[in-house]
Amino acid sequence: MFGAGGGTSSYEEVEHTDLVLLWGSNARAAHPIFFHHVLKGIHNGAKMIDVDPRRTETAEWADIWLGIDVGSDIGLSNTIAREIIANDLQHHAFIEHATTGFEEYKASVSDWTLERGAQVTGVPAEVIQEVAHAYATAPRAMICWTLGITEHHNAVENVLSLINLSLLTGHVGVYGSGVNPLRGQNNVQGGGDMGAIPNKLPGFQDIETDHEARARFEAAWGVPLDPKYGWTLTQQFEAMERGDITAVYVIGENPASSEADKQHTVHLLENLDCLIVQDMFMTKTAELAEVVFPASNSAFETEGTVTNSERRVQRCRAALTPPGNAKDDVWIINQVARRLKDDWIPLEPQQAWDELRTLSPMHGGMSWERLEELGGLQWPCPDENHPGTPILHTRLWEFDDPETQGTKAPFSVVIDDPPVDLLDQEFPLRLTTGRRLDSYNTGVQTGGYTSPLRRGESLDISPEDARTYGVSEGDVVAVSSRRGTVRAPVHLDPALRPGLVFMTFHFPDEVDTNVLTIEATDPRSGTAEFKATAVRIDKVDAAVGAE
Amino acid sequence: MDADASAEERASIDAYLGPPQDGWDGGAREGDTYRVGRSGQAARDQRELLIEALHVLQGDVGWISPGGMNYVCRRLSVPPADAFGVASFYAMFATKERPKTAVHVCDDLACRVLGAKSLLAELEAAVGPEGTAASDGSWTWHRSPCLGMCEQAPAILAQRAGRPDVAVGGATAADVVAVAAEGSTMTSKGAVTAPQTRDTTDRADLRLLRRVGHVDPASIDDYRANGGYEGLHRALEIGPEATIAEVKDAKLMGRGGAAFPTGVKWEAVATQPAHPHYYVCNADESEPGTFKDRLIMELDPFAVVESLTIAGVTTGCAKGYIYIRGEYPLATERLAGALGEARRHGLLGTDIMGRGAVFDIELRRGAGAYICGEETALLNSIEGKRGEPRNKPPFPVQRGLFGKPTGINNVETLINVLEVLRIGGAAYAAIGSEGSTGPRLFCLSGQVARPGVYEVEHGATLGEVIELAGGPTNGIKAVLLGGAAGGFVGPDRLDVRLTFEDARAGGYTLGSGVVMVLGEDTDLVDLILRIARFFRDESCGQCVPCRVGTVRQEEAIHRMVAGRTVGSVHDELVLLDDIAKVMRDASICGLGQTAASAVQSAIATFGLFGSGGVA
Repeated sequence: MFGAGGGTSSYEEVEHTDLVLLWGSNARAAHPIFFHHVLKGIHNGAKMIDVDPRRTETAEWADIWLGIDVGSDIGLSNTIAREIIANDLQHHAFIEHATTGFEEYKASVSDWTLERGAQVTGVPAEVIQEVAHAYATAPRAMICWTLGITEHHNAVENVLSLINLSLLTGHVGVYGSGVNPLRGQNNVQGGGDMGAIPNKLPGFQDIETDHEARARFEAAWGVPLDPKYGWTLTQQFEAMERGDITAVYVIGENPASSEADKQHTVHLLENLDCLIVQDMFMTKTAELAEVVFPASNSAFETEGTVTNSERRVQRCRAALTPPGNAKDDVWIINQVARRLKDDWIPLEPQQAWDELRTLSPMHGGMSWERLEELGGLQWPCPDENHPGTPILHTRLWEFDDPETQGTKAPFSVVIDDPPVDLLDQEFPLRLTTGRRLDSYNTGVQTGGYTSPLRRGESLDISPEDARTYGVSEGDVVAVSSRRGTVRAPVHLDPALRPGLVFMTFHFPDEVDTNVLTIEATDPRSGTAEFKATAVRIDKVDAAVGAE
Repeated sequence: MDADASAEERASIDAYLGPPQDGWDGGAREGDTYRVGRSGQAARDQRELLIEALHVLQGDVGWISPGGMNYVCRRLSVPPADAFGVASFYAMFATKERPKTAVHVCDDLACRVLGAKSLLAELEAAVGPEGTAASDGSWTWHRSPCLGMCEQAPAILAQRAGRPDVAVGGATAADVVAVAAEGSTMTSKGAVTAPQTRDTTDRADLRLLRRVGHVDPASIDDYRANGGYEGLHRALEIGPEATIAEVKDAKLMGRGGAAFPTGVKWEAVATQPAHPHYYVCNADESEPGTFKDRLIMELDPFAVVESLTIAGVTTGCAKGYIYIRGEYPLATERLAGALGEARRHGLLGTDIMGRGAVFDIELRRGAGAYICGEETALLNSIEGKRGEPRNKPPFPVQRGLFGKPTGINNVETLINVLEVLRIGGAAYAAIGSEGSTGPRLFCLSGQVARPGVYEVEHGATLGEVIELAGGPTNGIKAVLLGGAAGGFVGPDRLDVRLTFEDARAGGYTLGSGVVMVLGEDTDLVDLILRIARFFRDESCGQCVPCRVGTVRQEEAIHRMVAGRTVGSVHDELVLLDDIAKVMRDASICGLGQTAASAVQSAIATFGLFGSGGVA
């Protein structure tokens, strides 16, 4: 947050906060481990408010659930902000001493009356009001979000709108308060931290603007670095389409199943000159590849580190030898490097880590020994005497010491911008996607295990819509968007309201949900708008001709 | 899993809980339901209503169907698996469909020696084994543990869908048929089975029973005309500290079995910094052979209400609970009536006696679980959970009901407070013996001339109490003292004094005041088998020594009875002794700790199985 790509709080803090605002996050199903911490907080007396178009299993624990229209998040956050300001509940001292841009922000939300908020989000005005007051007056409050915020064409604005609320109320940089994205994997945070994003060197150092950092890497690596942002995943596919990318090396991803508008993705991958896939499984993407490197399991077949959502770097260790010809990722990359450079000296994982510590200041104090001894450390941790940083941005509260306080946190003016894929008479239903407890993403890893909860893909639909369309549980229907059609059995789900339907993307072999989704992406983060698709459904008999 | 409630089930639950608020707790899906849901703490706080809601289903429909259960769960925000765990814990809840009327026939100790066996044999011949539906399908019968009507043995209890439950004493097979019949007019009758109260000369000496049989239990005016509410008046007059001082001066000891000083408990609750405080009356009288609290609740219900009110206002509670065992329909009805009358007369509520005192009482029914007499199991049951005891510490005075400081006394202990306040703590302490002050109620049953509840001052001997009840009718082979959790004593020990200190010194227990006289022809092995079965059934199953030990104990006795011992009889007796030690030392609650005591005492005292027991 505020430049650092990580949640501001520790997991433990959610157990001791007064209010948890879960926004676009079905954490009970999608982040069950984090949700255990939330439950402890609830048992300790915290209130929980859940913002989600669906009344999910998470919402069943919420004191208040707000079933907003898909993509109306900014409308809701701006309305909450205006209500807080109109009632003078904002944190004056924090705004004055620790932030910038409040007046512009205040002006930008001034016309977001409760009535307008209700009209845009669909949630009654008095409930929005209640939430605004609850958040502003809670002694400690935490906002946590997931893909319901980020899988939109305006993902960055969505996130900024939530950060605005935390700045407005001073709910950041103190124990029990903060703004936290929940990560879907044990090491999503680590991937970004290690530079596996287009614009940053390891340690979140900007490759274009942080000349000092770049010089450090150039000196260490003995090669000049192009001071230019790379391409996001979405931009890479655009480049493939233009012919600017002709060779792709995929490590541990399965874009042929997971990308929006999947037929198009497969087509692009098929047309490459060279596709290399490094994975534990023979994925759909691997099936398209010229070269497949069988990789090992990072959880228990390799040495290294992972970094979780609370920025905690933890050691992981090899407990098993990988089967067959499967090899450690680091070994494979070393071998490729040797073929590219004759005098390449293979790096052991710990050597790679120690090199990182010299180049990334926030990891400087994290020796493997300390990670082992302390059960992990939270960045930033600049030197070996540093205890790590459980809470980010406590510095903002150093009102009297500008040097310690550093850069103030800016408010951002964010404009409500509804989903790109508009509803109309032909496509009257809003499809949103998400995950279930028993499955993970495209099912590559979870598909191999049975679960009593798993019932395969379905089109989840409200009982009212089922009546309207004359379908009942198990009936197969054709679901069509402006991009394609899939068939799926119907499942009646009272968590949905009329007009809102839901699918997962766990079972691409059965039902290829991402045939339907739109490729509209956020220009700044590169995330696609998986959460908002316009669809229609037809009973299969009637739909055969249309397919 | 997705079963829906029938219209009847829905109506029953809505009548109890009120109509659903929105589409998420069972109402129509419309309007804001699609946009707003409220679960959270407020919804989950209704959890405590779960057992009463299940009672409503059981009472109205005759069983708890999956659909009915699902609806209750939606209304109360309880996961169905959790609720099923609760429903299946309690014997009075049927989770499988059964005939509309279920007649429970007591085959426990007192009824067993007084006609229950022939009654059971008649029913088996006429209807079939327990659980068989009668020919018209409308009723069935089951064996039952003690129904708390030992003085009117044999006893039956009928659970009748859509009609009030009925308990009948002195029951015959014809009564079983009659109570189950459509249009039956049988009702529970509160027989006055305290023979001392009929004796006009002795009555002046009665303290705890002085109103029993002489006031209309439904009339608050009658109660007040006979000294009622003078205790509460005095307590409010002198204030909490002085009230607690009186109770401490009286050296009143708890009558529930543990003999804890009541004044100390009251003071501990009153001084706890955490709030709110709760006061609970333990009316889950389930010890086989015990029926004294039932008699008080049926015939002097206002005394229970008044004394709990005194406890509540004295210890800083705004809310109290009476937890009554589910097998007491008449006592439940009379207490409910008394609570209503007390409220109407400003003796409960927000301005008690016009002095601004705040206290109210909720009546909660148990549902057939002996373990709920254990105080922490009882608290869990009030909270809508399985009646499994909690680890102590923390004790209830520290963290009890809903995790808050909670005082808990049984009925007899509480009504003694009225006497303490009537005559003063010092005068009360002069009654009885040095270590056991005040009067004491005993439940005389079995083969005595005049069974019933008797009040004596602490210090009377066992023989004197039996004589008070007219003496044995068939000689004395043994006396069960203190209940199934107590022990057997032989006829050579009729001179033991019934005080806490004598009991401790002499290795017997007063328990819940059970004095069950067993005549010369009693089959003691049959009784200890029944006791072993009782504990095996009633073990909550939470901790291993008791869950396993009660089963092993019963098996070993069966083997010896059948002459198929593993090893010698002596080996089996050693095994029983081992099991007894493990249960006593390693169970977390009194049930497991005492589950072997009666069996062990019978073997040791009477040399059962041709052995003098294990040295």
